[in-house]
Amino acid sequence: MNFAPTSLSAETLPRWADEGSSRIPFWAYTDPMVYRREIERFFHGGGHWCYVALEAELPKAGDYKLSYVGERQVIVVRDRDQSIHVVENRCAHRGVRFCQKPRGTARSFVCPYHQWTYKLNGDLAGLPFRQGVKKDDGEVQGGMPPDFDLKQHGLTKLKVATYNGLVFATFDHDAPGFEDYIGPDVMPWLNRIFDGRKLTILGTNRQRIPGNWKLMMENIKDPYHPGLLHTWFVTFGLWRADQQSRMVMDSHGRHAVMISQRNAGGEAKAVTEGVTSFKKDMTLNDTRLLDVMPEYWWKGPTVTMITLFPSVIIQQQVNSLSTRHIVPSGPDAFDFVWTHFGFEEDDETMTRRRLRQANLFGPAGFVSADDGEVIEFSQDGFRQKGAEGATVCELDGRGIAPTSHMVTETLIRGMYGYWRKVMEI
Amino acid sequence: MPMRPHAIALSVLESQYRVDQFNAAYGDCLDRGAYDSWIAMFTEDCLYKVVPRENHDAGLPLCTMALEGQGMLKDRVYGITNTLFHAPYYQRHVIGGARILSDNGITIEATANYSVFRTKPGSVSEVYNVGRYLDRFVYGDQGLLLQERLCVFDSELILNSLIYPI
Repeated sequence: MNFAPTSLSAETLPRWADEGSSRIPFWAYTDPMVYRREIERFFHGGGHWCYVALEAELPKAGDYKLSYVGERQVIVVRDRDQSIHVVENRCAHRGVRFCQKPRGTARSFVCPYHQWTYKLNGDLAGLPFRQGVKKDDGEVQGGMPPDFDLKQHGLTKLKVATYNGLVFATFDHDAPGFEDYIGPDVMPWLNRIFDGRKLTILGTNRQRIPGNWKLMMENIKDPYHPGLLHTWFVTFGLWRADQQSRMVMDSHGRHAVMISQRNAGGEAKAVTEGVTSFKKDMTLNDTRLLDVMPEYWWKGPTVTMITLFPSVIIQQQVNSLSTRHIVPSGPDAFDFVWTHFGFEEDDETMTRRRLRQANLFGPAGFVSADDGEVIEFSQDGFRQKGAEGATVCELDGRGIAPTSHMVTETLIRGMYGYWRKVMEI
Repeated sequence: MPMRPHAIALSVLESQYRVDQFNAAYGDCLDRGAYDSWIAMFTEDCLYKVVPRENHDAGLPLCTMALEGQGMLKDRVYGITNTLFHAPYYQRHVIGGARILSDNGITIEATANYSVFRTKPGSVSEVYNVGRYLDRFVYGDQGLLLQERLCVFDSELILNSLIYPI
């Protein structure tokens, strides 16, 4: 197979030589032009909704936070009528990224350079010397041209969707409705966690992972690795191939849910024999780290890992809940922002339990630290081989379909099937 | 009127000395990877947290690492040495002089700034984690022990992963 790009000129992108999506060429992770097109079509346009915040981060009118849609920094702000706006953090005058405080409360936004002032919805409210400066003798100096129209010079407004506490935005005002975007196969799994209950924010963790952003989407569309890479998952039965599980995807193959039900763990020949990460005699010195308490809304599954392409992963792994926001930063790095949350109905014991289990996740997590590391090493491998290399994602065949087990790489193939279509590669 | 009105009481110098010596030994343990000795520097019922300043300042409870009691410290060390897949790296702690907030003869409360540099085999050294310790020590038979250490770090982005304690 030949995955070599047909041309490296600025006009032509590499071509994906073969059919299907089970062999992903390394250039899909390393080529700067491919990356530029991804940003244009998946993050900055093309009808894709990107995650920006949880509503609970902005409880009061005027509360705002800085976030990202792709590479563009945006301000997510709650207005006086409680609606949420998302506007680009870039002054319409001279392009200044004017808002510098990552979180705060504002009555309006003022660019410090020339005091252009915007309403919370992004409309330009006014600017100094618009009518010029009147001298004592009545002469008016300067001022904007008479046809200057405030309405034409607001901040770039994004289309916003709030859904039971989640906030998504898109630059594409023709994007489909949010629920249509997610689709009927994945929506029930989103509803299971976000059913309208009020959320509480537990805090944030941020990491910079030196790998292509898609590798993180793939990581959470890859049910093959958790029971092999992660000692805690295989040893304590949190995720492994002898569990009852399901892989769900939307009709485009872009979003997915990995669903499974915990078992007792321990030795089981089919899934632990020869697996070096399995530690037969491992027990915790302090079992509070994994003090799992079933919750009424689980209705069976103990873990659901939702990938909403292209920007976010929503995690329920036993009692730990988080959103993980992907902020791409060039073809070979992304920032990964974890927001852990609970529910207002949680008692103190449940909050403490969620916080203890958070030790499994994030940049230091007993489980998740492995993922960031392995993504870095993947990118290293792609870089050293160059454009001819390709990954092999053929566990459970080369096709794309939901499954009732986890011994499969179908979700990764699904994502690249969609990726190829949109990228026209 | 005392002879030397600006003289520092010896007891203050003593707690300063004890905490600085403790911190020097603490950094040395971690930089050598002597994790069992690291555990022994804490009380049985200790609290050890590595927490982003962003959360700490906002009063949010989430930590990057939050360990309660020596049992959890042991579980972390087992993770470092046996279960966490990661590229190995050296740590180098540079811990500033402690500021003693109180010393009542039973416990000492103190803070100290720290910076930790990371060096991966075959690579350059990087500024890895910068912050301050917020500490409560207790006097033990063999010297001070940490009852509580909060590592509140400024570094908004962790350079991929944080495997070893800070």
